[in-house]
Amino acid sequence: MTDKPLVKDFATDWDHTDPQWVTDPYPIWEDLRKRCPVAHTERYGGGWFPATHAGVSAVAKDTEHFTSRTVVVGNGRPTDEDLPAPIGLVPPISSDPPFHAIARRLVLPAFAPAPVNALEPQIRALCARLLEKIGDSDEVNGGAQYAQFIPTAVIRQMLGFPEADEDLFREFVHIALEGVDHPQEERIEEFAPIEEYFTKQIEEHQENPRDDLTTYLLNAEIGGQKLPLEHVFGTMLLTLIAGIDTTWSAITSSLWHLSTHAEDLARLVNEPDLMPVAIEEFLRFYAPVTMARLVKEDMEFLGCPMKKDDWILLGFPAANRDPAVFPDADKFIIDRAENRHVAFGLGIHRCAGSNLARLELRIAIEEFIKRYPRFELADPAAVTWAAGQVRGARNLPFRILK
Amino acid sequence: MKVRIDADLCQGQGRCFSIAPNIFGFDDLGNGVVLGDGDLADETIESARLAQSNCPEHAIFIEE
Repeated sequence: MTDKPLVKDFATDWDHTDPQWVTDPYPIWEDLRKRCPVAHTERYGGGWFPATHAGVSAVAKDTEHFTSRTVVVGNGRPTDEDLPAPIGLVPPISSDPPFHAIARRLVLPAFAPAPVNALEPQIRALCARLLEKIGDSDEVNGGAQYAQFIPTAVIRQMLGFPEADEDLFREFVHIALEGVDHPQEERIEEFAPIEEYFTKQIEEHQENPRDDLTTYLLNAEIGGQKLPLEHVFGTMLLTLIAGIDTTWSAITSSLWHLSTHAEDLARLVNEPDLMPVAIEEFLRFYAPVTMARLVKEDMEFLGCPMKKDDWILLGFPAANRDPAVFPDADKFIIDRAENRHVAFGLGIHRCAGSNLARLELRIAIEEFIKRYPRFELADPAAVTWAAGQVRGARNLPFRILK
Repeated sequence: MKVRIDADLCQGQGRCFSIAPNIFGFDDLGNGVVLGDGDLADETIESARLAQSNCPEHAIFIEE
């Protein structure tokens, strides 16, 4: 982290990596919704943050005025010339219409309900193995000993990478998501090992094709042409980055909630049929992912004078707390029946992995509370939260109750 | 009563076929589809409405 001045007023100087935002962003968003629904900052070269559901929705659905060329706010931003627009570095998340639809169509079948649901037994076995390893301990770290391993293993298997490399993946994710403040030259240097590793994996899959996403992408065609290797590389990188930190965060936030709300934990243990609605409320209340867009041209939008290449921080977690859409928005209601949350985004960029993420989250929670039906936070002060555009607990020490 | 999904609005959020699997299914891209002709029997109207009120994209329509 570079040293930056702390934020005094989030309406005119927001920063999503400010310690106050990282620790507890919800009061900040609530305040902004009341007095300044679209906040501004000069940081990161200039940007906007709509704090309402309406504002977030308007930007997410408007691909004419906003580009997804890059979706992670940083100090540098790619210019029109830097990237092979409209593909972007990590298609389809970085692609704009009309290419977006083609790139997305390519990956959706791999993440559709049918193939994803077929993974349930193996994800359950994975969770059971992790819990078996933890055993009858009085203290369990819900993040470091459990949650982080689940999406890592699932994605690793999906891409067809060696099991021994899972630690490396977590390092890659960290580099990609938490180094956003570093200068551009440093970023390029940081990404070098990722590039090298993926290139090696692509070569290995070209020599030994098998039934996995990497081989699928290498064989995929657009208009009778194999994908450019940069496209294959980009989608692999996207799968790794978007598939690990996000789900891991959803699991830790949900476990954190259960460790601090004994009545909700007891209800889930006693009423397993509640799980599907509870999962949606976990996703609403603790939505881990914030996206970003760039403004395409100078314009007025949501009453704000936006300039070309201004950032829009697209806060789906903030939209999920908007009382204009959710009654008692700041209350976690485990059996909330009507829940139009936008944890997976809105519009054409809806998280392609949402079916998989939901499945992992549900099984991770089911197995954990089956093994440990009573647990609480051992040391609230020791809990740490990830900074940046993916929010979730990292260190999560639990005390197991008998 | 008839239920339909507007395919232009549906983005495959996956809520409808989880909530009301007797009314909604999915295609090979994961987008929601109405099973059968979309005619709602009295006992299925409620779950169709619940699915409707959970669709983030407002893509489900129930009509007389």
